[in-house]
Amino acid sequence: MKQLQLDDSVLVKNYINGDERALETLLNKHNQRLTGFIYSKVGDREVTEDIFQDTFMKVIRTLKRGAYNEEGKFLPWVMRIAHNLIIDHFRKNKRMPMLKGADSMNLFALISDEKLNIEGQIIKKQIDSELTTLIKELPEDQQEVISMRMYRDMSFKEISECTGVSINTALGRMRYALINLRKLVDQNNIVLTN
Amino acid sequence: MEKIYAKKNIEKCKLVKTKPETIQFLLNYSKSLDITEAQGIKFETNMN
Repeated sequence: MKQLQLDDSVLVKNYINGDERALETLLNKHNQRLTGFIYSKVGDREVTEDIFQDTFMKVIRTLKRGAYNEEGKFLPWVMRIAHNLIIDHFRKNKRMPMLKGADSMNLFALISDEKLNIEGQIIKKQIDSELTTLIKELPEDQQEVISMRMYRDMSFKEISECTGVSINTALGRMRYALINLRKLVDQNNIVLTN
Repeated sequence: MEKIYAKKNIEKCKLVKTKPETIQFLLNYSKSLDITEAQGIKFETNMN
């Protein structure tokens, strides 16, 4: 029970010295925070489990190899690994999208899209791609709010819960994100209409 | 504010936690993983 109160740096040191219980303590200590972080980005429980597992497999291998550089920042380091794996997940998903019975596969959505001719489809695709590029130019916190609000349809209350900021801050970030997006659209002379 | 938003998704991020099976898997993985160094090269062995 004493181990619960130990610092991460001590637990990491103990683990490197062969104390497997230290790993268990580290896992339990950061489980909720890391899982919440991953889930807030990917929005899928199964994928969250996979990324959590892959993250800690990397952590274990790095620690056992003696390649960990102790600077008293264990959790930020773990979060960075998770963050990179999340990016890998989205990249992989972009190349091989996983189709679920969501709106994109709704038969009526396909029928209602009938009027969009080939040219329209190309324009739409181009607009989507340009918008995605522009969103990536925004500061990370604004990107996060845009992604949660526009792509995952979360309310500002849910966004504030997930990101750990107040509703007003989340609203402010959204406002600045839209202002910055408009600026970027103007700067790049992009026409975002179909 | 409370009345505007539905409660259904609020707990989504807060309560999400990795399954005990995943934790157990990681602990077993850690126990089975052995790294040895020979002539400057590190070798990973998984002793299941």
